[in-house]
Amino acid sequence: MKRLSRMVLSSVGSKYIMALTGLGLMIFVLAHMSGNLLIYGGRGALNAYAHGLTEHPFLLWMARGGLLTVFLIHLFFALRTWQENQSARPIPYAHEATIQASWASRHMLLTGVVILLFVIYHLLHFTFGVVDADHFKKPLLDNPKQLDVAGMVIAGFSNPIISVSYIVAQVFLGLHLWHGGSSFLQHLGLNGRGYDVAVNRVGAAVGLVVVVGNCSIPLAILMGWTPGS
Amino acid sequence: MNFTLHIWRQKSPTDAGRTVTYDARDISPDMSFLEMLDVVNAELIEKGQEPIAFDSDCREGICGSCCLMINGIPHGPERGVATCQTYMRVFRDGQEIYIEPWRARAFPLLRDLIVDRGAFDRIVQAGGYVSVNTGGAQDGNCLPVAKTDAERAMDAAACIGCGACVAACKNASAMLFTAAKVSHLALLPQGQPERRQRVRNMVEQMDREGFGTCTNYYECEAACPKEISVQFIAQLNREYLAGCLEGDGEK
Repeated sequence: MKRLSRMVLSSVGSKYIMALTGLGLMIFVLAHMSGNLLIYGGRGALNAYAHGLTEHPFLLWMARGGLLTVFLIHLFFALRTWQENQSARPIPYAHEATIQASWASRHMLLTGVVILLFVIYHLLHFTFGVVDADHFKKPLLDNPKQLDVAGMVIAGFSNPIISVSYIVAQVFLGLHLWHGGSSFLQHLGLNGRGYDVAVNRVGAAVGLVVVVGNCSIPLAILMGWTPGS
Repeated sequence: MNFTLHIWRQKSPTDAGRTVTYDARDISPDMSFLEMLDVVNAELIEKGQEPIAFDSDCREGICGSCCLMINGIPHGPERGVATCQTYMRVFRDGQEIYIEPWRARAFPLLRDLIVDRGAFDRIVQAGGYVSVNTGGAQDGNCLPVAKTDAERAMDAAACIGCGACVAACKNASAMLFTAAKVSHLALLPQGQPERRQRVRNMVEQMDREGFGTCTNYYECEAACPKEISVQFIAQLNREYLAGCLEGDGEK
């Protein structure tokens, strides 16, 4: 056990933690996006999906708790790593240069912080109903047991300020995934084992898919599209 | 060729240090970077000033002594060479050149452009060797090594320990160095008996020295004069996981 706790706190071990929690969060982002895209199947599809999620409160709260734990571990190790890396070079170079590190790789903390702020805003909007309280989860007229999540989404994204803030946040999320989506495979030691193409491209692919998928909804609504019933 | 040099001068480890500007006049484009500094130093000595202190030894790219940060890039703009094999022709005539020492907490500065890279020696002492009992050497053919393994081991063993990976890394991480040393022994039969404890001890020593952590910028492999691939860092990650999980009897 002592050996394992030493491992987790070591420089190499903390990479495993970042990789595994990052992978978990990436899978959540992709699953969340897939759910969002149901809006293209009409209001009914999105509302039924949203209703389905709340049908088992115990499972829902277990999932929420797990997600929050993973998120906090990712955040804690990120800040710890950042602090260690800051102190590893107390005197900076007078002439800084970068040979091949991508913008995304050099700004993981910035994009991560923007994502954190966005998550808080997003929860205040669609989970706690603080941002757009007037349109928050009203019961459906024809089926009072279900809440009109689709209506809330459409009303929210009809507001250009809300829409643009979501789109900007998705770009930051995409950049974070651009680096992280490949980095976790390197951290888990999968580079140089015959999957190099996947290792080096999967992050960019996932980042792009998430940006396109998630941005399409506010963009479509902003441009006047309304989902069918 | 003429150059304007901005060089870090620091009398001792405790001195504050500052950047001083020098002119390098009538430099041949075929001079190496170190020869150019020799010319500048000769002029300083003639004028009765203290010459610039920098490390160098073999001047043929194999010893890893010459460690200069040139315009923010370890060993200068050319890929796959050490400072001693960087030639002045790669710079523009009249160019301003910033020359700095490696900057890392684990590499304390001794004087001007010279840092103490003893941290690397201590990482190697922690496990970068094989223990061999003395006695009659066995026949070489008794230890079969796959050609691909031999070549990959050699790619890793090409590391000259210059520290460019640490200098280039935005986190001052020594991951590429340690990965190269761990990997080249892990790929060969002689390295197998101590494989698990080696990686544990070397990573532990690396952390103790105060290097940063790897976040996959991949600046190290671009700066490495031996062009060692970050795939060896992936191998280090695998080796360390196996080393910690298996643990061969250690607590």
